[in-house]
Amino acid sequence: MNRRVASSLIVAGLMCIAGYAALFIAPDERTMHDAQRIFYFHVSSWVAMFVAFFVSVFGCFAYLTTRSQRYDWIGVAGAEVGLVCCTIGLITGPLWGKPAWGIWWTWDPRLTTTFVLWLLYLAYLLLRSMVEETEKRARISAVFGIFAFLDVPLVYVSNRFGRTQHPAPVFFGGPNAGVDPTMGKVLLLCLAAVVGVMTVLLLDRYRLERLRYEVGLLTSVIESRDLDKQSRTARERV
Amino acid sequence: MKNFQYLLAAWIAVWVVFFFYQVSLSRRFSQLFDEVKRLKERLKDSTPD
Repeated sequence: MNRRVASSLIVAGLMCIAGYAALFIAPDERTMHDAQRIFYFHVSSWVAMFVAFFVSVFGCFAYLTTRSQRYDWIGVAGAEVGLVCCTIGLITGPLWGKPAWGIWWTWDPRLTTTFVLWLLYLAYLLLRSMVEETEKRARISAVFGIFAFLDVPLVYVSNRFGRTQHPAPVFFGGPNAGVDPTMGKVLLLCLAAVVGVMTVLLLDRYRLERLRYEVGLLTSVIESRDLDKQSRTARERV
Repeated sequence: MKNFQYLLAAWIAVWVVFFFYQVSLSRRFSQLFDEVKRLKERLKDSTPD
């Protein structure tokens, strides 16, 4: 069994254990009941998203400083996997919001800044797909990646200052923040599982981009060899 | 089991999104491996005589 399959199986197993803990070990919440259990994967997906976008912006800065292609691969891997985690957060959020608030969606600061973040990283990926030239694509997407990341701190602080429909943060949210100790342990387990899945996907995406670059290089080498051969044949005929 | 339908929907959503992303990655990998195979054949053909 190769390392890729083994790591995928480990994180899938961790996800199953985390799911079991969220469903059967975590205590029931008195007002929201089962819907509150969405919290374990909703919060975990946001944490994984933040980690992935930090990886992406690191790649963007490092590319602009060093012009090494590997940082471009890190940038795109972080952005794409972060977008996947953001999508999960945006789906699970309304599924929790409906039973908790009575509405699926509201344009409050946390939800709006998060939706804008999702659109920004979607635009980042669309922008990349539209530029053919490797160097140009890496440079433009590094600049846009840094611009898109500017929304990440806004998402983080959006429910820390002022009243919002979205609940106040559970962690690092002031003296009234915190959860039941069992809930905290289950959340940590779910965090480990989702961040583990995110890491496996991120490494896969990085390998994919590296392979794509290598295939591009090989294609250009073969094409130049073919051209040489054709011109040599033409010269011999003359 | 109150509000269980929302929990079930969220649970399915998490797995479905991760699963489809993994499938999309695998598809892109297999396309690139096909391309590598094609390039190897082309390289064999274009080897200087």
